[in-house]
Parts: sequence; C-alpha cells; structure tokens
Amino acid sequence: MNPKTVPEKADPTIHFEDVTYSINGTAHHTIVSQIRFSVAAGQTLLLLGRSGSGKTTLLRLINRLLVPTGGQVIVRGCPTTEWDPIRLRRGIGYVIQDAGLFPHFTVAENIALVPSLEKWDAARTTARVNELLMLVGLDPAEFASRKPHELSGGQRQRVGVARALAVDPPILLMDEPFGALDPVTRAELQREFSALAHRLGKTIVFVTHDLREALLLASRIILLEGGRIVADATPQEFSRIDHPEVRAFTASLAPLAGSKA
Amino acid sequence: MSAWRFFIEHRAEILGATANHLALVVVAMAFAIAIAVPLGMVIVHRTTLRNFALGIASIFQTIPSLALFGFLIPIPFIGGIGRRTAIVALVLYALLPILRNTYVGLTGIDPAVLEAAEAMGMTQSQILWRVRLPLARAVILAGIRTATIITIGVATIAAAIGAGGLGTFIFRGVAMVSDAVILAGAIPAALLAIAADLLLGWLERRLKIV
Repeated sequence: MNPKTVPEKADPTIHFEDVTYSINGTAHHTIVSQIRFSVAAGQTLLLLGRSGSGKTTLLRLINRLLVPTGGQVIVRGCPTTEWDPIRLRRGIGYVIQDAGLFPHFTVAENIALVPSLEKWDAARTTARVNELLMLVGLDPAEFASRKPHELSGGQRQRVGVARALAVDPPILLMDEPFGALDPVTRAELQREFSALAHRLGKTIVFVTHDLREALLLASRIILLEGGRIVADATPQEFSRIDHPEVRAFTASLAPLAGSKA
Repeated sequence: MSAWRFFIEHRAEILGATANHLALVVVAMAFAIAIAVPLGMVIVHRTTLRNFALGIASIFQTIPSLALFGFLIPIPFIGGIGRRTAIVALVLYALLPILRNTYVGLTGIDPAVLEAAEAMGMTQSQILWRVRLPLARAVILAGIRTATIITIGVATIAAAIGAGGLGTFIFRGVAMVSDAVILAGAIPAALLAIAADLLLGWLERRLKIV
C-alpha cells in the first residue's frame, strides 16, 4: 500500500536499547528492565525462561503490542514508537501457542488474511496459499477449505506458521508455538521448523521454556530471569555458563536424558 | 358460548389483532436492534459508557411493564395514549437483552484470536467487522430472541394504553368475565411467542461457528 516505507526499512534487525517495561509505568510492576540486545539478520534467537520471566513481554514489545516505558526497541532501523503499528505488524509474522486461527475462516482464508488486508488479487493470493500449505506439509486439496476445528493441534499450528509467512515478512515472532502439542507431534514440528528456518533465512525471535527446544532451534539463546537477562550465548556455550538459573535449566534436561539411556 | 365458536365467528377480528400485535413487535424490535447492536459495538472499548448504558438498560428492565407504560403517558412527544407510546416502552424493554448479548458476544472471544488479529496488523475496525462481529453473531441473535419473546408478551399489556393487539381480547375478556374472549387473545399470543422462539432458535443454531 505504501511501497516507499518498506524498502527503506528492509533491514531485518531488532535492537533493544535499555528497554524497561512496567505496567502503568509504576516501578513495582516492572516486568522487564534494562534489556539490551540485538538480533542480527537471519538469526534465530531463542528467549528462554520460566513462566513470568518476561519473555512474552519482550516479544510483544517488538511488534508494538506493548510500548516500552523506558528505552527503545528499534525494528528494521526505526524505533517501534515511530512506526505506524499497522505497517510494522504486517512486516512481522506472529505465531502463538494456540495458533489463534480465526474459527469462522477456512484454512485458506486464515492464511490469506494479511494478503487480503494488503489487497492482493485473488490469483496471487490463491497461489501463495497453496505454496505455503505445501511448505508446511499440508496438501492444499485436502486442507484449504477446512475449518480450524476440523484440524488436529499439530495441523492448526502448521497453518499458524503458514499464516505468519503469508506476505513473506523478514521477521518472525513465535511465542511457544509448539507448547500445547503432544511430545511426538512437537518433536516432529520442531525438526521441520528447524529445517524451514534455515531455508527461509528469516530473523526469528522464538519464546520457549523448554531448553531442548532452544538447543535444537537456536543460533543464540538469551536466558531471562525475573525480567532481566542472565545469560546470552550460543547453544554450544550455553550449558557451560556458570549461573544458577542456567544450571536449573540444564538440570531440567537430566531426568529425561537419564530415562532415555 | 364455547371458545371455539367465538374463534370461528370472530376470526377476522382475531387475525387483525394478531397482525396488529405482530406489527407492534416487529417495529419495536427493529428500533431496539438498531439502537442496541451499534451501542453494544461502541461500548466494547469504552468502560464509562458501558457501565452507564448497561445500567440504564437494566433499570428499564426492572420497571414493571404496566408501570413503564404509565410513566410514559404524561411525557410530551413520545408519550400519550396509543401505539407510539407502546412502541417506545417495548423498545426500552427490549434493549437490555440485545445490548448485553452484543457486548458479551463481542468481548467473549478467545483472546488468542484477538491477539493474533492485532499482531497481524488488523486495525480495530477491521477486528470489529471481520473478527468480533462474525464470531459474536450467534450470541447477539440469542439476545434478539430473548428480547423478541419478552416483547411479544409485554405487547399484550400495551392494549391497556390503547395500542391494540392481542391484549385487547385479554382485557376485554377479563372485563366480561369470558374465558372464550380471554383465550382469543392469549392463545394467538402464546403461539406467536413459540413460533418466534423456534424460528430464531433455528437461525441461531445455523449461525453457530463450531
């Protein structure tokens, strides 16, 4: 719709500059504080942490579902507060735990939502929907006209990923997308998504509380505790970091590793 | 005189009163829907207006129907004796179920769906028209159904202020101590209510998403 603004801001990077977010701007409701990190183009950053550690808040600060109460988040070269929130969000794919598919739309209509908002013509939209369905491993002939309630949890999440990729956004945000799936389906989707992420080369910020998922998908892991960054490392370095919260997460893998052996 | 014979002999009059009754209900419901559904859409994001609107609508519901008709008669322009006053009262009565269901329907949507809609870059009005309203329509219709049934019942009392309709027979029958005349009003009114309930109930099930 406004082709001028997009190429200027094509740089698919994210920078947190001393970002603080507190509810109603009051200090004792601080969710995250003094957050400083950058995500390079094509990087898959895993935000790891327990429930309530502030990971989802960081994600929502990127697409301006939340606005920082201190510092700034720079997305594609421009602070989120200076972006038109609608334009910002259309350039950022978003996948959440329950997929959040529109129950009154078919699978094809769900995937075509952002293209329809961007006024794509029907032929281009249909071609893109079919392409995306195949990309996420669903046969368009079988699935395009189904409603979300006719899908399994794993299939819904595949559609959620396809929908987020619809207009080929340079940045993808994922909030525990595989968290509600059974372990077998989850492992299957994690493997496929890992391959897909490599192929697409998007800048991805992925929230999880599962260290195994983080180790599998990440090019870099940031560990949060109580709204602060306590570790920032590659998957290879991560388990060697000497910090109690890192050890707590590493220990969470141990019983599973033991039972497998 | 048997009720049956009274029905046969006065069928034209009964039919006329039924049509009259139905017209009262349809006009009142049209106004009530035209007011309550848009108002329900507006109050989704406005807390103060929401409390005020739901509060006022609840007060109208609480006033006994005959008293509400009585209150309206002395009011200039909208009051007086006749159909217009009756329609105003019926509209006020029908507001709450429609308003409340519109609001509940529009706000009772899976938060994940609304979050996804916002995060994909839909504007608030796109979310309202393309997500909230389609998902709320069965709940809104349930409110319209409740309001319609209430209105059919209350409209019988409107005869007391000269609005006509099936209540005319009921009041006349009570005055004449004639069961046949009372039933000539009561039976068609009951049938209207049952028919409206079945029809709108069927429509409501058709509109349900899952």
